[in-house]
Amino acid sequence: MKSTCKSLLAGVAAAAVLGTATPTFAGEFDGVTISILTRPGPVIAGRLVDRGKEFTEMTGAEIRVNEVPFAEIFQKLLTDWATGTNSIDVGVFASGWAVELVDGGLVENLDPYIAKDDKIDIDDIAPYFREFNQKIGGNTYLITVDGDFQMLYYRRDILEKIGMEPPKDWDDYMKVAEAMNGMDMNGDGEADYGSCIFKKRNAQSYFAIGSIAAGFTQTKGTGEGLWFDTETMKPKINNAGWAEAFRVYKETGKYGPTDELNQDIGDTRALVQAGRCGLVIDWGDIGPLSIDESGAAIRDKMGAVIMPGSRKVLNPATGELQQCDADLCPHATDGVNHAPYAAFGGWAGAVNAKADQKVKDASYAFLSYMNQAEQSNVDVTLGWTGYNPYRNSQLNDTSKWIEAGFSPEFADNYLGAIKDSLNHPNMASDVRIPGAQQYTGVVLDRELARFLAGEITAEQALANIEAGWEEITDDFGRDTQKQMYKLSLGITN
Amino acid sequence: MTSTQGRVENRQPGYVPADNSQPPSRRFRFNEWLDGHARQLFITPAVVMILIFSIFPLVASLIIAFSRVRLKAGGYQVRFVGFKNFSKQIFGSEQFHFLGTFTTLTFLGWVVALSASAAILWWMYRYITTGFSIIGFIGRMITAIVGLGIAWMFAGTFFSGNPFGTLGVTLFYVFVGCGVQFIIGLGLAFLCSQPIRGRNFFRVAFFIPMMITPIGVGYVFRMMADTTKGPFSPAWQWFGLNDFAWAANPWTARIFIIIGDSWQWIPFIFIILLAAFENIPRDYVEAGQMDGASNWQIFREISWPQVMPVAVTVMLIRVIEGFKIVDLPNIMTSGGPGIATESMSLHSFFAWRSLDLGQSAAIAYLLLFVTVVICVSFFNLIVVNRMRRI
Repeated sequence: MKSTCKSLLAGVAAAAVLGTATPTFAGEFDGVTISILTRPGPVIAGRLVDRGKEFTEMTGAEIRVNEVPFAEIFQKLLTDWATGTNSIDVGVFASGWAVELVDGGLVENLDPYIAKDDKIDIDDIAPYFREFNQKIGGNTYLITVDGDFQMLYYRRDILEKIGMEPPKDWDDYMKVAEAMNGMDMNGDGEADYGSCIFKKRNAQSYFAIGSIAAGFTQTKGTGEGLWFDTETMKPKINNAGWAEAFRVYKETGKYGPTDELNQDIGDTRALVQAGRCGLVIDWGDIGPLSIDESGAAIRDKMGAVIMPGSRKVLNPATGELQQCDADLCPHATDGVNHAPYAAFGGWAGAVNAKADQKVKDASYAFLSYMNQAEQSNVDVTLGWTGYNPYRNSQLNDTSKWIEAGFSPEFADNYLGAIKDSLNHPNMASDVRIPGAQQYTGVVLDRELARFLAGEITAEQALANIEAGWEEITDDFGRDTQKQMYKLSLGITN
Repeated sequence: MTSTQGRVENRQPGYVPADNSQPPSRRFRFNEWLDGHARQLFITPAVVMILIFSIFPLVASLIIAFSRVRLKAGGYQVRFVGFKNFSKQIFGSEQFHFLGTFTTLTFLGWVVALSASAAILWWMYRYITTGFSIIGFIGRMITAIVGLGIAWMFAGTFFSGNPFGTLGVTLFYVFVGCGVQFIIGLGLAFLCSQPIRGRNFFRVAFFIPMMITPIGVGYVFRMMADTTKGPFSPAWQWFGLNDFAWAANPWTARIFIIIGDSWQWIPFIFIILLAAFENIPRDYVEAGQMDGASNWQIFREISWPQVMPVAVTVMLIRVIEGFKIVDLPNIMTSGGPGIATESMSLHSFFAWRSLDLGQSAAIAYLLLFVTVVICVSFFNLIVVNRMRRI
């Protein structure tokens, strides 16, 4: 009896031990928690949470997404990583910001991980994102989850109605905007707007001005650089090309909402989805948003085209605007110099170099999972995710887009505009050097806002920006900045 | 009573004298030490807490204000730059941002600048000739220098048709905003202290805005002021204001921020002044009524002198709080259009957000300096004199 009791107890104990020790699933990263920092959801963060749950089921790693206001992401991440707090394992942020983090040795080099990864299919990532966005100094430090550059969207139905073509340059843009302005475009009996471009301070206006200025000032290809002279690191901003861009940006306000100076991208998109905008400058989001429930007013009514360029561009030798010719604008199409701007560059994930190796492995695996075609080719078709296409398979195959609700014509048109931009040899790169946020997000943004508010002239604003940028460059060290800038443009000599 | 060797001893029965030849025990000595240092020991935790949470950050931020701080792998890199962060605001590349844009003084600018200078110099001359003390002179000199600086700043910007910077915007919020809030708060408190119907309802209704977070107030006012798609857009359109963009004009933007700020802070002034009004003895008022005084005379001669000390305190608190305004301009306009609604706190916040910690700390210290000078001057030179007269 005694021995029977002992056996019974031993059996119960063994069962209890086994019961607690055996997890509900056997995963590669059991017990690992990955802490991610990014902007508030549902845009960007929402899909990380959803995919995180799938990843947990597959591997056992727990995904925690910490959301902070957009303007504080970089500051919080740099503070956390530089001070050794290391409470964040993965940052998902603008790829351009990573340069400063990499410079401080805070970001893990992901090349060895990619070499062992047979699922990521790195060659499927479009060349700009693979070679410029993900790499710093020739090494891959980032994994793209979103491809960003700006395009021009137009109301196809309205354009057909007034018998005009999509704008190719900014003169065309003004003519079309003027013709559309005041028309009732959504049938609510109210006059709507010819042009909608966000102009709020401390928001995204410095991206819009980059898109406009690029066509006037960058002509020789991506390596020429939109922002600085690659030999002297002198700002290339206080010139006739940028002055014209400032004038154009302000003039678009004549055909926009009266409170456009206080509108950010969210406000503009709400107007677009309500069917109140004839022409819009935006990232790739408008395509998927037009098939969203809240975009019923514009469903299958939008068209997309490469960002307008200019027939007159800056001649660096004379400092004046000059008509495009074969020498001055080698990449021009029909005499129009286009320079699609990779504004923001897209959201990308970076791994904390100081995290435990197991956490780094799990972090890379999660970023790879987000990036892999099987997941991302679906995610980019959903407007609410904020993810825009960045893989060739997303751009060449319209089936997923049609499945998501695009009409075949719009899918072709939308993806065609993206490909025209992405494959353009004169694509303009964002500022990707230490202090990027100070150069554009603070100095350029503030002076642009003062110009738009009528406080100062374009010339005063540009002179102030030049002085402010020189101060930042000297502060960070001119030679270091020059080297980083050249590397960001793929110049290695 | 017993006597030993001629010494009279008065002892209780059973008393055993202490054996002084044995040293006191360690525990006894510790207790004695505790007794002797009780006051210091009781206050030490509070002092340590203040040092950790108040003095240390103050000193650390002062060091940062004189430095260029950069975050690097493994911590901070701090480089001493002297007064560069301060001189940049007053004389350097950030002058337009902090003080404003200066071109040439217009006739009106000259008139304002010279009038203000003459008034301040006359005030100093009168002080020197009527009564003089070293401390008083130094204090008045600081007030006079700051006053002259502010007068010339406004003369060179606002009165000469140029935009002023974050210092001017902050002073506008403080003096215009707090002034409006005080007048309305005082009026509402006086009304609610009268025996009117439904006054309990009004007391609660007027107090509610203060309980709402400033960020909430910012969003609510931004929505309400939206003429195209806000909840009041039909009303705006009915008034023909659908093309009115308050956020695109510097003055309407500043006024809307003051409206939002006032909506939130009037209850603070209201509730404290209401308590002050209700504490006035009824017999004072009744005596005035018996003597045939009008309502205005009762207010001016009886009520106001009674509530004035409270009113001064509440205004001082409100002004100090007003100098720190940051939430509403950040939410409602992001400091725009241009830099027209950017307060000094917001200026400092934007610098901090771009990791320019040195500049951010320098602006914070300039704000502290201006706040202290104005508040101390207000109290010592205006309030104390008034109180003496009463």
